Amino acid sequence: MRKLLLLVLFVSVTMVTYAGGYRVSIQGQRAMAMGHTGVAVINSAELVFFNPAGLVYLENKLNVSVGASGIFADVIFQNEENGVTSETDSSVGTPLNAYVSYQVNEWMSLGLGVYTPYGSEVTWPTDWAGSHLVNNIDLSAIFIQPVVSFKLSDHFSIGGGPIYVTGNVNFNRNASRTTTDIEGVRSNITVDDTGVTNWGWSIGAMFNPTKDFHVGFNYRSEIIIESEDGEATFANFPNSSAAPPNGTTSFTAELPLPAELTLGLSYQYKKWLFAFDYNRQFWEVYESLDLAFGNGQTSINPRNYKNSSVYRFGLQYDATEKITLRAGYYIDETPVQEGFFSPETPRNSSDGFSGGLSFAITPKLAIDASFFFLRFEEVDASYDFAGDGVPFSGTYESSAFGPGIGLTYKM
Amino acid sequence: MMKKNIKYLAILALGLVACEPEFDNPIEESGIYTSGEADFSNFVALGNSLTAGFADGALYITGQENSYPNILSQQFAVAGGGEFTQPLMADNTGGALLGGNQILENRLVLVFDGVTPVGPARYTGAPATTDISTNLGGSFNNMGVPGAKSFHLVAPGYGNVAGVASGEANPYFARFASSATATVLGDAVAQSPTFFTLWIGNNDILSYATSGGVGVDQNVTGELDPTKYGPNDITNANTFAGVYKQILDAMTAGGAKGVVLNLPSVTSIPFFTTVPSKAVPLDADTAAFLNSQFEAYNTQILPGLVLAGLIKADEVAKRQINFVAGQNFVTITDESLTDISTAIQGAPFNVPAPQAAVLGQLRQATSEDLIPLTSVGNIGVDLSGDGTQVTGVSVPLGDADVLTTAEQKTIEDARVAFNATIAGLAAANGLALYDAAGDLAQAANGGIPFEGGVITSDFIAGGGFSLDGVHPTPRAHALVTNGILNAIEATYGASLPSVNPIDYGTVTASNEVN
Repeated sequence: MRKLLLLVLFVSVTMVTYAGGYRVSIQGQRAMAMGHTGVAVINSAELVFFNPAGLVYLENKLNVSVGASGIFADVIFQNEENGVTSETDSSVGTPLNAYVSYQVNEWMSLGLGVYTPYGSEVTWPTDWAGSHLVNNIDLSAIFIQPVVSFKLSDHFSIGGGPIYVTGNVNFNRNASRTTTDIEGVRSNITVDDTGVTNWGWSIGAMFNPTKDFHVGFNYRSEIIIESEDGEATFANFPNSSAAPPNGTTSFTAELPLPAELTLGLSYQYKKWLFAFDYNRQFWEVYESLDLAFGNGQTSINPRNYKNSSVYRFGLQYDATEKITLRAGYYIDETPVQEGFFSPETPRNSSDGFSGGLSFAITPKLAIDASFFFLRFEEVDASYDFAGDGVPFSGTYESSAFGPGIGLTYKM
Repeated sequence: MMKKNIKYLAILALGLVACEPEFDNPIEESGIYTSGEADFSNFVALGNSLTAGFADGALYITGQENSYPNILSQQFAVAGGGEFTQPLMADNTGGALLGGNQILENRLVLVFDGVTPVGPARYTGAPATTDISTNLGGSFNNMGVPGAKSFHLVAPGYGNVAGVASGEANPYFARFASSATATVLGDAVAQSPTFFTLWIGNNDILSYATSGGVGVDQNVTGELDPTKYGPNDITNANTFAGVYKQILDAMTAGGAKGVVLNLPSVTSIPFFTTVPSKAVPLDADTAAFLNSQFEAYNTQILPGLVLAGLIKADEVAKRQINFVAGQNFVTITDESLTDISTAIQGAPFNVPAPQAAVLGQLRQATSEDLIPLTSVGNIGVDLSGDGTQVTGVSVPLGDADVLTTAEQKTIEDARVAFNATIAGLAAANGLALYDAAGDLAQAANGGIPFEGGVITSDFIAGGGFSLDGVHPTPRAHALVTNGILNAIEATYGASLPSVNPIDYGTVTASNEVN
């Protein structure tokens, strides 16, 4: 009974994980349950993402972690002056992760990871008040990363590896607040591209002052998604020589997936494990989303993001031989500056609460479950840099939560 | 163990339910919008083309959707407003058929050459499909009838389809009149409105103006019976006052509250301000030749007429004809001048009859005279093909092609009288009054700023007037809506959301014209 109470406490008090912008921080079920900490936690193959340097310290020769979450995110908007309200379609994102590591010898481990750290799926009602900024967007990127981990001593290791990224984007918005064809249907543009690839890398280090105390560092490079072979569809423009022709054309655009630096520590005390991660996300690179279309049209969308930080706290408790409980909390700062709040990435600062548990079915195989909930402050915000120069402003409130499940196998 | 897991799941499920985002003060629930003393549950709009959403020389669906009553109803919706129905046309081409023949023209669209606007032209991308004889079978919240004058709202048979061809009935009202003998007012009252808007009287002066003042000012004749009026006449102010009172009495009989709108100046609209009266380009030789032709007239005949006591001295100055190299004021026939055509055929002038007819009431226009937009094609036309009979030069423009200063004064006097009636009856009935005249005056004189721009009365570029130069754009309808909302808030203590004019369009581009 005491254990159950404890669990209730954990699950109901813990919160958790998106990050600002279109970063989706759900790269492991165990980490997620602990507020997405992990740069200094030696626990599972999730280290492929969090800190490859730590892989070499895993006890087992083969470690596998796979998992998936469902993110349910809602954003509501209202403008009191104009009596306008709007709500996004409850989007369901499904970040995935799969990691494997293999200890080649005493001083080297190899690993491979597949994960989805960036994405955004926002669907507003078509032709809503902010439709000149976005009707809907679906952005996803899959990272595939082989890593190698070297133990330099019992106290210090390094690791890292190249990252191969393949990204997809689909984005629709109206041409302006008012342009329509003769039937009154709003003129709109859709850009679509799939399989846009590029390379990046990550590097990590781990320092173990004592057997129970770990300090970790990890840096993942910036990767720019350069879309050049995509298709842009111009629809419902008036049949006029002054308007762009309807139909498809090419487009080019660049979307940065910013670099991220993580510093953290973990400390084991009897059945308890405490972890802290600090993320620095280098959003500064996202200055403007500029599209150049094959028909000569352009679209310049200043973003002017700033670098942002996330502070993560995680706790783990080995309740029984088979059950491990986890909880976490984090503060996620938004990279969006005042006047640049666009409904295409409507995310302000948030508090994250998470919880979860692992249940060992056998000594080798465990089920991992996580849950997170993000609490956003209601915010009065505006985007002041639309093509017409008129701010789009209102009050936004968001919520996001996501249950996730995974498996950990070791032998 | 399994039992415990189920409990965990239950806790998780509980968490899911609690995650819908919610505002601290959701505008849909917090009561920040109120109707005050008004009741918007059944809103009926009475009026003419402005109320109907007529634009670009036609009535079409998107214009109706952007009419100020329809926009208003959307704002009312958060304060107890009900459904708002409109007699939508069948298409966005505008125009309409009667018995298979097209009797109303298609809408105008703005034609471009590359990215340079050329001008308005009739849209031909799709045929007009609205048939006037198809009655929509009921009344609508928007009772705006294009073309209606004040007294038409109370005229039985105004919607009788059998009278459309002869001009006795209105094709737009024929589509939704409840019977062949119905009146617009009767059909409005029958809906038991709880709230109404009334914007009527514009056409009581506008048709006189757009016709170039060819109609009769019934204030001069004293004729009170509108059945004896021609289509381009100015309504007698007492007739207007009587009808207006009759309308308000009927609309308020059931306790309805409402807003009335006064009448903006019709001479500040682009229909009259776009075509310059200084419209004739001449080179130096032509100007000199023309001046030689008029020399005797200017220097001998006119002073002679004064001496003979046939005209007054100030008419000599008005009647002087002088051309210069460059742009010249057009020549016009001004009915307000003394007709000298007979006198100058006699001694000592002995002007031959054809020339005497031309000179009879001839003068050059001034910058105060207004040329209707539709007359632009009537200036500088070489009638004889040899340059001797050019309209606006050697052949003066007729009455219909010029709204003279005298005609403008006639219109303005009537408008002032009508507006005094509207203001007086609004006050007497405790109704809100929106000073639409004031806002249009501002649009014509500097413009009305809004977030993202300025609305002016400039043709096409100003954003306020559609391509017919008379009727408002959706953006101007949005401004009118805000004006009405302000009047409602002030009079009835309501609190309502305003609209953002930048969200409403102006003119529609299309090159689908023949």
